[in-house]
Amino acid sequence: MSLALDAPAPIGFGEKIWRINWGLVLVLTAIAAIGVVALYSAAGGRFEPWAARHAMRYGAAFGLMLVVALIHPKVWLMLAWPIYVVSMLLLVAVDVVGKIGMGAQRWLVVGPMQIQPSEIAKVAVILVLARYYHGLRKEKASKFLYTLPPLAVILAPVALVMVQPDLGTAMMVLLGGGALLFVAGVRLWMFLAAGIAAVGCLPIAWSFMHEYQRKRVLTFLDPDSDPLGAGYHITQSKIAIGSGGLFGKGFLKGTQSSLNFLPEKQTDFIFTTFVEEWGMAGALVLLALFALVLVWGFSIALRSQHHFGRLVALGVTAMMFLYVFINTAMVMGVLPVVGVPLPLVSNGGTAMVSVMFACGLLIGVNVYRDAQLPRAR
Amino acid sequence: MMRYRKGDGERSSLFTRRALLLGGAQVVLLSALAGRLYQLQVIETQRFSTLAEENRINLRLLPPSRGLILDRTGQPLAVNRNNFRAMATSDRGRGVDVLVERLDQIFSLGETEKTRLLRELRRSRNAQPVVVRENLGWEEVARLEFNAPDLPGVFIDLGQTRDYPEGELMSHIIGYTGRVADEDLAGRDDPVLQLATMRFGKKGVERSLEDSIRGRAGAVQVEVNAVGRVVRELDRTEGQPGSNALLTIDLDLQRFVADRVKEHQSGSVVVMDVITGDVLAMVSTPGFDPNTFARGITQGEWRELLDSPERPLHNKSIAGVYPPGSTYKMVTALAALESKAIEPWTRLPCAGHLELGNIKFHCWLKGGHGSTNVVEAIAQSCDCFFYEAARKAGIDRIADVGNRLGFGRISDLGLPGESAGIQPSRAWKQEKLGKPWQHGDTFNLGIGQGFMNATPLQLAIMTARIANGGYEVQPNLLLASATPREELVPPKPRDKPSASSLRFNPQNIALIREGMIQVVAGGTASHLRIDGKGKLVEPQFKFAGKTGTAQVKRITERERDMGITQDQLPWHLRHHALFVCFGPVDNPRYACAVIIEHGKAGGATAGPIGRDVLLEVMKRDPSRRTDGFRKMASR
Repeated sequence: MSLALDAPAPIGFGEKIWRINWGLVLVLTAIAAIGVVALYSAAGGRFEPWAARHAMRYGAAFGLMLVVALIHPKVWLMLAWPIYVVSMLLLVAVDVVGKIGMGAQRWLVVGPMQIQPSEIAKVAVILVLARYYHGLRKEKASKFLYTLPPLAVILAPVALVMVQPDLGTAMMVLLGGGALLFVAGVRLWMFLAAGIAAVGCLPIAWSFMHEYQRKRVLTFLDPDSDPLGAGYHITQSKIAIGSGGLFGKGFLKGTQSSLNFLPEKQTDFIFTTFVEEWGMAGALVLLALFALVLVWGFSIALRSQHHFGRLVALGVTAMMFLYVFINTAMVMGVLPVVGVPLPLVSNGGTAMVSVMFACGLLIGVNVYRDAQLPRAR
Repeated sequence: MMRYRKGDGERSSLFTRRALLLGGAQVVLLSALAGRLYQLQVIETQRFSTLAEENRINLRLLPPSRGLILDRTGQPLAVNRNNFRAMATSDRGRGVDVLVERLDQIFSLGETEKTRLLRELRRSRNAQPVVVRENLGWEEVARLEFNAPDLPGVFIDLGQTRDYPEGELMSHIIGYTGRVADEDLAGRDDPVLQLATMRFGKKGVERSLEDSIRGRAGAVQVEVNAVGRVVRELDRTEGQPGSNALLTIDLDLQRFVADRVKEHQSGSVVVMDVITGDVLAMVSTPGFDPNTFARGITQGEWRELLDSPERPLHNKSIAGVYPPGSTYKMVTALAALESKAIEPWTRLPCAGHLELGNIKFHCWLKGGHGSTNVVEAIAQSCDCFFYEAARKAGIDRIADVGNRLGFGRISDLGLPGESAGIQPSRAWKQEKLGKPWQHGDTFNLGIGQGFMNATPLQLAIMTARIANGGYEVQPNLLLASATPREELVPPKPRDKPSASSLRFNPQNIALIREGMIQVVAGGTASHLRIDGKGKLVEPQFKFAGKTGTAQVKRITERERDMGITQDQLPWHLRHHALFVCFGPVDNPRYACAVIIEHGKAGGATAGPIGRDVLLEVMKRDPSRRTDGFRKMASR
């Protein structure tokens, strides 16, 4: 092997632009466009109050994604820990404010902005774990002792998010982090042990939950027990999806959403709104677009020449999958209602920014797939 | 440079393997989601479509407009008036407390109303509207509209309220309506009764004609949103308004009668057509204002009505029972004649009293009437004659004639709350008191005292059956009933009863009638022929009658000796004054029964009212009039 091959010359700007996965960008834009259509319908055939802002937000987040994609991975390698620490501090701040405000608080108000620190934490965990395993030999990575720090990195935000309480985000961080540990080479028996421990911890988690969350879990197990009360959301959502049939009721003709039988139709239940009108055909198209994003993600991860890139790409992909799976499974009555939005489709700014930021990181991995990164100490 | 890459190949291949495993797991999970979609949207889509339609489409009943009630001349007795009312719906009981607080600020509902509203709003499923307040004025409507943005689910609904233009005058006959109670639903599966705004007849004709004047509900299919607000109308079926009812009552006569009865504290008059049985007037005083019930009676008003000693809510004409006293003597006489216990020419002695064992039975005339036949005995109301006639006829025959003349049973009138009174008999006494019948009981019954109890309506029926020659005429309140679309043909006037004969000997009936003619011509009520100025009253209208004075309290021997007069007794212990009469004498058409509670003496108190009412009804002759039919058809 020659040195020249091992260390390719730095690439030019034009090459960077060329390396951006424009197909992936197109798919993401298509998903966001579906979001605009669904939100337009959810508002009863109007751009206000959601669809127009959704489109504008996507435009802004699109720019952010491209900027992030062009930043060299070594910058992220450097910023991983600072971002993580800041996000942890913000999470603590949210918990403190929430305690004072007596209730579920998930965001901080900073000037004109509402920041949801748990969204930053999702990305921060990916970056820190990627950085950690990037600097770890394979032999060490498989050792139990070396698995403890990443475990702490994962569990700290999980605990802070659970206190808020935000069950959906906690699950996402836990499962997403777990996926990273898995691909990083942690021994399988440790996952088994963690699984057993998790089952043992269920009662503790139960005691941490708010009354409404317990109710959600209980009604998930038997939604018909209280069809007008807590099971109402699941039941009405299933009615909406089921009545959509193969090809849906038609654009703007969804009765369940336009007559307000659907709860949260513009956020967590936007999938239902869309599927009621577009049927199984629409649902499969949307899921196929998300599947394409996942395929891109895997291929970027596999083609990365450096471990940091692989892990970041896979972490982002796992996060995307968890978003989509938890949200759609929840509205179809397969998982309890935990409050996870459908990325790029649900109305809401913070999730859009964090998802697009993550996609920026993913594309960045492709742009700088053959960059040479120093092993961190 | 190699430093960077050392060992990377190994962990890269491990990464690849595990990433592919992870990807595989994602494919499996996403396929499971697609499977779930298939289950919901293909296999179970029919069921969910139905559920979505049920969510969306709401069948709302349109309450029918209640039938009008008119008097026989077509004057309105019960009509409908527009009623603006505030209604509220709740989204599964959410935000109800705030809503009720805001409504309280607008209407000052008060605590009891607030609790009712809270309860009903929480209980209301399927977002059925609940009544907040009825009979809103313009100002209240305006205030509600102004505050509408703060009152989600509150809307104004135009409904109808019952209005009784005659108020107290017709209160006992018409009755009133109220909210549908649970017992009203028994045996009726009309879904319109479930509506919060629906009213149901509670008393009087409103009650007895409920099922025909209620009408049939229409229905409107509407698309509703999740909070039950109507988005648009899909389909509408018009209901059928209730039948209008033409009553037999002659409102002007009723008013005339009421004005006369109201001269006394408490009383009742029933006027009947002896051929058709039409009840032309039926007054019970004091009455109540049914409009207070229609708009919602307050606790205070209700207590006041309940606690009054004159019992204004009680329809004395059909539910008040009184010993008939001497007005019952026609029954005793007829029983004695029918059983041949006496003959028309039989004369019986009267020495002022009669003795049975060691009990003395007094005649009202201290010195006695001497010897009288049946006609004279009725005219003079000789008690001794009827003690003896009753003894001769026997209890079984008297009870039989009493029953045939309408005593001891409920008539066909159809008003709720009618009392059967008591026509005593051997069997009755054995059953009710567990004692055998005594001779003294027969003596008391002979003059309409003792166990005997009758309503004013029963006295009118008895008089009518004697007046019409012994036909089993039944009282009737409903002249005609028809929906606005139906054609109304007035019936031909009748001059002979269509009722079956009671199979009395016509000569005996004629004798009784002769006795009653003599009562007015020269007997106990002869003073009625002459007015205050000593002039004959309306000599062209001849009528017959019978006075009666019913004991409320037994007169003791001591009181009799001391000569205590009725005026010295407190009101509630004084005798009831009774008078029954019919006319014209040559071709009887109208019968009338009068009871003035604690009016002391029948001839003096009840007599003049009976006379004036009978003269009035003979002059008006309402049975010949059919203009009510024409007026009802044009409504």
